[in-house]
Amino acid sequence: MTKVSPSTIKAVRESGAVPTAEFLLQVENVRKEFAGNVALDNVSFRLRRGTVHALMGENGAGKSTLMKIIAGIYTPDAGDFYLNNVPIKLRSPLDALDNGIAMIHQELNLMNHMTIAENIWIRREPRNRFGLVDHQELRAGTYRLFKELGIDLDPDERVGQLSVASRQMVEIAKAVSYQSDVLIMDEPTSALTEREVEHLFRIIRTLREQGKGIIYITHKMNELFEIADEVSIFRDGRHIATKASRELTRDEVIRMMVGREISQMFPKVESKIGEVVLSVQNLGLKDVFEDVSFDLHAGEILGIAGLVGAGRSNIAETIFGVTPATSGSIAIGGKEIKITSPSVAMENGMAFLTEDRKESGCFLLLDIQQNMQLAALHGGYVKHGFVQQKRLSEECEEMKTTLRVKTPSMGEKILNLSGGNQQKVLIGRWLLTKPKVLILDEPTRGIDVGAKAEIHRMISTLASTGVAVIMISSELPEILGMSDRIVTIRQGRLAGILDRADADQVKIMELAAQ
Amino acid sequence: MTTTSDAAGLADKRAVKRKFKSEMSMAFVLIGIALIFEVLGWIFVGTSFLGNDQRLSIIILQVSVTGILAVGVTHVIITGGIDLASGSVVGLSAMVAASLAQGSADVRALYPALTDLFPLWPIMAGLLVGLITGWISGFLIAKTGIPPFIATLGMMVCARGAAKWYTLGQPIGLLTPKFTWLGKSYLILGFPVPLPVLIFLGVAVVSHIALGYTRYGKYTYAIGSNPQAARVSGIDIGSHLIKVYVVAGVLSGLAGVVTAARAASAQPTMGTAYELDAIAAAVIGGTSLAGGSGRITGTLIGTIILGVITSGFTFLKIGSYYQEIIKGAIIVLAVVIDQYRRSRQARA
Repeated sequence: MTKVSPSTIKAVRESGAVPTAEFLLQVENVRKEFAGNVALDNVSFRLRRGTVHALMGENGAGKSTLMKIIAGIYTPDAGDFYLNNVPIKLRSPLDALDNGIAMIHQELNLMNHMTIAENIWIRREPRNRFGLVDHQELRAGTYRLFKELGIDLDPDERVGQLSVASRQMVEIAKAVSYQSDVLIMDEPTSALTEREVEHLFRIIRTLREQGKGIIYITHKMNELFEIADEVSIFRDGRHIATKASRELTRDEVIRMMVGREISQMFPKVESKIGEVVLSVQNLGLKDVFEDVSFDLHAGEILGIAGLVGAGRSNIAETIFGVTPATSGSIAIGGKEIKITSPSVAMENGMAFLTEDRKESGCFLLLDIQQNMQLAALHGGYVKHGFVQQKRLSEECEEMKTTLRVKTPSMGEKILNLSGGNQQKVLIGRWLLTKPKVLILDEPTRGIDVGAKAEIHRMISTLASTGVAVIMISSELPEILGMSDRIVTIRQGRLAGILDRADADQVKIMELAAQ
Repeated sequence: MTTTSDAAGLADKRAVKRKFKSEMSMAFVLIGIALIFEVLGWIFVGTSFLGNDQRLSIIILQVSVTGILAVGVTHVIITGGIDLASGSVVGLSAMVAASLAQGSADVRALYPALTDLFPLWPIMAGLLVGLITGWISGFLIAKTGIPPFIATLGMMVCARGAAKWYTLGQPIGLLTPKFTWLGKSYLILGFPVPLPVLIFLGVAVVSHIALGYTRYGKYTYAIGSNPQAARVSGIDIGSHLIKVYVVAGVLSGLAGVVTAARAASAQPTMGTAYELDAIAAAVIGGTSLAGGSGRITGTLIGTIILGVITSGFTFLKIGSYYQEIIKGAIIVLAVVIDQYRRSRQARA
């Protein structure tokens, strides 16, 4: 079979001829190795026109690799690639884009200092007769696009000002503006509120009706059944199964993903609730949140629920001194303490796993050892200025075993670990400080099912040893499954505190959104 | 059980190997450059470049001052910053130190009451100049949040101005032998070893230990790698940055003292553009201007590479104008190659 050059296909696409093939995109027997590690082993994948096709699998299962091959980021070592039944070879992401394959990245790739319209039409700006950028047409084109997709944003607004959800809308609009037939979405809902997810799903359904094929990567099981038509499941670089989503159950999917039964997702260990360790009174941060009060007991897991943007993370940051409070007080062990910096918080036995692993968690250039030991250096392991490396290395090694961090060596760069393993390293960083109060902000975001269960088990175990835990999460099942009590935040205010026995999804949502 | 620990041990060894891989390849580049000069020497000059047994010690002596600066700027670059002031601070420190190192026989001594001082005083004064300028730069960067480029650019201009103002542009000469011993060579194990070289190597060793094995070092890398994460991990970024700029400043001060001692005199223009050589040495040595990575061993090799190039050009009797043109190109080329290697590594 002769290879047709991408430009030919591009010409065919632009001529308006509608291909009639059953599959929009076909990847057959693809293989990809990285330095001897097989990332994809003889995998085939077929995307039908007008469907949403979900890819499921634990981190490292190969779905990201497959997606990157489809998006032209990686070149496969072996295998065939067909677009509308025509064999094709993609050389670069740009090449993929020109052939109607657009990828919406998990880390959004927009230029923050430029406007929405400029971002969408970059390198294809409409020109006026002097060869200068035609801003009117730029704006008009953006309006047309937004109307088609039901997006309500000002094309002249700078992207840096937008919420994560709005940025995602812009990314999708940009992808659509390329007349893409294939859209790849990598965990698009990981940072969205329920309402934003609904909006996203509406857009996805519109695109599906237009006959586009959508590859949808997610870790969230309920989304799978809500939006996906077909599901492909991967494990250890192999394709396990492709089925219509209505023929599948949640348990079946999980079983195929992990290759074993996960009996209990939220292994809550009943622990003895002790004395008040942390007491927050009328805490406030000007213009962000106010009047937040609650007590936290030893051995307790206090869940904090609420919509994204309600101020949950801000409260955690204020308690830990990242953004010191402007009103109210914080008492630790009955003693009022002014927490003016993270360093003060740590000296008082607190630890804080931040929401954004990449932004404020990992030291990507440093190895696992350095990443894990850094916070512990604040309070100990240093003698006459010298780091007690031997002792510290031993404890890190032990922590690695306890947390089951999968890595050949502690000297490996953290960059090379999967999200779940990175998160374990960061949790290890804080456990080494032996905290009395552990604040976890979205501890399982973007993490595969197996690692998620392990992290849940670990949090429960910690609480049973008397550590007081605050856990912020956007996933209600996680909040409900793990917490002893649940604080719900609405628009910067405390909306209510529910006991484990009284709480359910409906009650929390009622408190969170009114 | 044993198999897993063996595997871990093997992986650790591999990690160590990878860690020094860049130093190994830089050492090869160094040897390569030296061999090129050797061949060119036989072709164009008719003598051997490496055959001269004093060549290496002369090269190291010549780069010892910029070497000290390069070590200091490596600390700063690892935090993600830059120090443009080091060359000017060399000038100011040299002037201040020299003014306290004059002999009583000098009728034109700047401070006639302060002649024939114990050499500790001029040395301390020079270091103090570095400490103060470093602290000011660090303070500005930490507390006002202005970019290091601007803060140290300002300091570069101010320090040079201060050096000229100090004697209204006049040089200071006739420094006492008590002071100039710092710039002399001494027989160690039968070899003549210049003291500036020992100082340079001493500074490098202490820095290597400080960056690798102390809390100071761990925090320096952490801040350069991800300042936000560093802050959440309990690091007071402001006060740490001040420390780092003070270290770089003190090393600039030391370089000034050594310069004055070697020349047995001081001029306000001493150290002009040294900061660029220092930064070039650090960058050739693999320190990333983006911060978070870099090692003193690399800077050491980078410094020597620059020295070999300069020495080789002089040996080949290439005019100084051509030297500068070629040197500039080599600096850029070194970084291009390094970037290419890194991106390949990242992909693997």
